[in-house]
Amino acid sequence: MDKSITENNVISKDNYKSYVFEKMPKSSHWKNMFWAFLIGGVICVIGQAFIELYKLWFSIEDAAVLASGTMVLIAAILTGLGVYDNIGRFAGAGSTIPITGFSNAVVSPALEFRAEGYIYGVGAKMFLVAGPVIVNGVTISVIIALLTLAFGG
Amino acid sequence: MECYKSRTLTFTNANIIEGYTVAGPKENDGRYKGFFDIALEDDMFGQKTFERAERKMFEHAIDGAIAKANLTTMEIDAVVGGDLLNQIVSMSFAARKQHAGFLGLYNACATFVESLIVGSCLISNGFENVVCAAGSHFSTAERQYRYPLELGVLRSPVTQWTATGVGASVLSSASETPVPRVTRATIGRVVDYGIMDANNMGAAMAPSACDTLVRFFKDTNTVPEDYDAIFTGDLGKLGSDILLDLTRQEGYDISKQQHDCGASLYWDEQQTYQGGSGAACSALVFNSVLLSRLRSGAYKKILIAGTGALMSPTTSFQGDSIPAITHLAEVCI
Amino acid sequence: MEVFLMFVKAFVVGGAICLIGQIIINYTHLTNGKILVLFLIAGAVLEGFGLYSKLIEFAGAGASIPISGFGSALVKGAVKAAKAEGIYGALKGGLAACATGISVAIVSGYLVAVIFKPRTKKK
Repeated sequence: MDKSITENNVISKDNYKSYVFEKMPKSSHWKNMFWAFLIGGVICVIGQAFIELYKLWFSIEDAAVLASGTMVLIAAILTGLGVYDNIGRFAGAGSTIPITGFSNAVVSPALEFRAEGYIYGVGAKMFLVAGPVIVNGVTISVIIALLTLAFGG
Repeated sequence: MECYKSRTLTFTNANIIEGYTVAGPKENDGRYKGFFDIALEDDMFGQKTFERAERKMFEHAIDGAIAKANLTTMEIDAVVGGDLLNQIVSMSFAARKQHAGFLGLYNACATFVESLIVGSCLISNGFENVVCAAGSHFSTAERQYRYPLELGVLRSPVTQWTATGVGASVLSSASETPVPRVTRATIGRVVDYGIMDANNMGAAMAPSACDTLVRFFKDTNTVPEDYDAIFTGDLGKLGSDILLDLTRQEGYDISKQQHDCGASLYWDEQQTYQGGSGAACSALVFNSVLLSRLRSGAYKKILIAGTGALMSPTTSFQGDSIPAITHLAEVCI
Repeated sequence: MEVFLMFVKAFVVGGAICLIGQIIINYTHLTNGKILVLFLIAGAVLEGFGLYSKLIEFAGAGASIPISGFGSALVKGAVKAAKAEGIYGALKGGLAACATGISVAIVSGYLVAVIFKPRTKKK
């Protein structure tokens, strides 16, 4: 960072951002990373347990799809009970990146905007946070599929 | 800086005859527990939505302040103030119940001091009684400015916690007993040092707080030592630190006098990181703790500097930096 | 024993993906929506090269539960259908493969909104 701030001890509009950056309390990175790894891992293990369970009756592909659906459902209920945001408060990416985080991102705005009614509230605002995931995902999947067709992948 | 025009106003009869506060549950668990007139057990306040709860808090604060001052709604000339929601709906809707004239104000978290200044101007122009009010609600602000409540997010250590509460003051042109008065006030200018992180509002607001404080000291030929305390609105701990650095650079050391309403509102274990933010911070602390300390004589002369970050979610998403404003009032007994 | 090994692999790979996400958040302060989209695209692109499926074969839920698995499933479905049905398949396959997850999210989101109320955070 800009060392001149501490040396001349003059804060100006130009070096203000780097001065603030130096002054900012840093989040405890190691702690965040530990919890992200642990919670992320645990969520995936629970997912794996559902896969193993569903494998008893279904094919491995169907079992994986059903396991994801089950995880989404569980996260939705935990969001409604007000538990998921408390996990996210320390797990960070560990609870955001799994499919359960996607579920939380769908359910929490739905819940938040129910005061505006079921059409303009729940209906319109449900994909406030998670919408970009569907939009980008579908777009990129179609592009990749078309590229595969074109170049015979 | 020397060629700037003075931005400081002088008032002779802006008596603050009463203050009234409605505080949320978390705020009443904080450092100023027991100082508030109404402490809510539930921040829904018996309403269906958080927005209606905020509105009801405004209604109670305004009516409560008028009653506590032994006045009736018919004796109030004007109600001035605002909140953080779009179109300042909480304050405007609450003002439906009043007979007085209404001026809706918005300067983000600086709104309370802005309303004190506007109220004092109205009193100087012959109004008898004016109510100044401002407040905010965690859950309505969170939805408008940040994320849905139930979304699991790891908060950055520079974030602050929007305080839930409303504070109202009754200004009166006459008072039988000596009461705290707004004697001088400096109107802030919009200052933008280019901070982009909407979580780090303390850093965005500190340069504006420095600008207004230094302007006031220069306009009035005063020094920090003339005051028992200098309360900033909601700079938080980091913002306060930055402010001390900035003012020291301008030749004023305010480290002995400076306190921050937001940073002091909560205990550390309440996990608000940098402390409170929101229009409620200065409104709650001023109308409870500061007024009572002024009345008891613990403070004789204080400065209250409301600090506001003037961004909206739209400007943040479009990648604009955060402009900030600070209004300052000198209150003496 | 094999099942146990699968659990260990799921834990380590799933944890590692989240750890990478956390490191990115720590250094860039990306918001939730951006992180989700970033990992989704990463999974989709890797699947475009046929790599992500191999990771799922290796680590099971450790790779399919993170949102990158969702991106990979979209691409896998779209490519498979495109090979069978051409452009029509490319448009159909992705969403069809992920329809279960999305439908569960929408329906449970709706039901949760009907049943529960948002609560003010205490901390």
